[in-house]
Amino acid sequence: MNSLWPITLASLAKDIRLEWRSKDAINSMLFFSLLVVVIFSFSFDPTAEESREIAGGLVWVAFLFSAIVALNQTWARELRNQVLDAYRVSPAPANALFLSKAFGNFILVTLLEAVMAPLFMVFYNLRVLGAAWELIPVGILGTWALVASGTFFAAMSIRTRMREVMLPLILFPLSIPAIQSMVEATRIILSGDGNPRFWIVLLLTYDVVFTTACLALFETVLQAE
Amino acid sequence: MKKAFPILAFLTVLLLVYAFYQAMWVAPTERTMGDVQRIFYYHVPSAWTAFILFFVNLVASVAYLVGKNPKADAVALVSAEVGVIFCTVVLVTGPIWARPVWGIWWTWDLRLTLTLVLWLIYVSYLVLRRFSDSAQTPKLAAVLAIFGALDVPLVYFSIWFFRTQHPQPVIGGGGSIDPRMLHVLLINWLAFSCFAFLICWARYRLEMLKRDVEEAEALESLLETGTSPTLAKGKLGGGPQ
Repeated sequence: MNSLWPITLASLAKDIRLEWRSKDAINSMLFFSLLVVVIFSFSFDPTAEESREIAGGLVWVAFLFSAIVALNQTWARELRNQVLDAYRVSPAPANALFLSKAFGNFILVTLLEAVMAPLFMVFYNLRVLGAAWELIPVGILGTWALVASGTFFAAMSIRTRMREVMLPLILFPLSIPAIQSMVEATRIILSGDGNPRFWIVLLLTYDVVFTTACLALFETVLQAE
Repeated sequence: MKKAFPILAFLTVLLLVYAFYQAMWVAPTERTMGDVQRIFYYHVPSAWTAFILFFVNLVASVAYLVGKNPKADAVALVSAEVGVIFCTVVLVTGPIWARPVWGIWWTWDLRLTLTLVLWLIYVSYLVLRRFSDSAQTPKLAAVLAIFGALDVPLVYFSIWFFRTQHPQPVIGGGGSIDPRMLHVLLINWLAFSCFAFLICWARYRLEMLKRDVEEAEALESLLETGTSPTLAKGKLGGGPQ
């Protein structure tokens, strides 16, 4: 297990270098979430008061949909040239592969959020009434909740027919509690009524439980033949 | 074992008829809700049966991951399928009852939401099974079943907290139940459990037969195409041309 972190970092560096040169995932994600923001914005056209109530849901739905774009590309890249098969026969720990992919997706989705959050503020005239700094833990925990289980289920859906369609079908039902926690916490912070602590703790629990399960079961999924 | 099937089928039909009679004529009419309350004898037993089947699915999935026994996988598949059917019955009969009694078809109440989320998780489980290649399906499905089980307590807490923040809808909870009603309820539950077991059994046999057929076909095509040039020649070489 000593080799876990060096291999994770090496694989992560490889993915970041690939993404840096092609910018496939980040560009399609950015444009996709921009489209979601614009379409939501003119299909609801809310007042400042209403938008504080619904923005939490809209923001996270936009991020969730865009994350799907990145998650689907995670493993598709490894199918070309049988890279995944090479991973399978290599003595590297399976979890190193999982962690590098999850960290890579985390970086991508966080970048996306950093760009899109100000845009949301502009389009929906948002002004945070609660403690704005609390959005940071919610953002980090929420993003990890999406990408950790998302990376895992993407590795499962890559084995099925209709790969791209399969991922949301598996991921959405299972991430309902995480999504509800992020949305509720964000709504409470934006509107400043109530305490988001319960939702942050629930989100943290989801992260811990699902990350542990992912690490425990990833080898089974990778080696499933 | 095969002889026991028609006997069980016959007993189940008898039990279902008896339970129907009990639910429709013997059970007392509820004072405020009236006859619409009788849907209770189908709704609640279906819910219990569905939850038991989902639990069976979890146990079978874990057993499969541990022991790699294909029979455990077949049990997991069968219990998920039949469980989804019973869960659908619960989700359909619920609103039919809720509309006249609560005045609304649906509310995001704890039990309703939890049942709906369970239904969604198990439908996604079946979709995964349908769309993955046969060799890897059991493992992937078993892993998904474990994630589903881990998800249930989280869903429970999220809805529990969410709903206690808001005014409660009218729920028929907390009251006591007439012993005659409880009696009819338990008879119906027994009948529905037998019925579910019967379907599971039939479906299990069907699944095992299907796998045998697939295996035989795969073997046959392997003999015909993959190895046929050498094997056939070897066979033919010995015989007269």
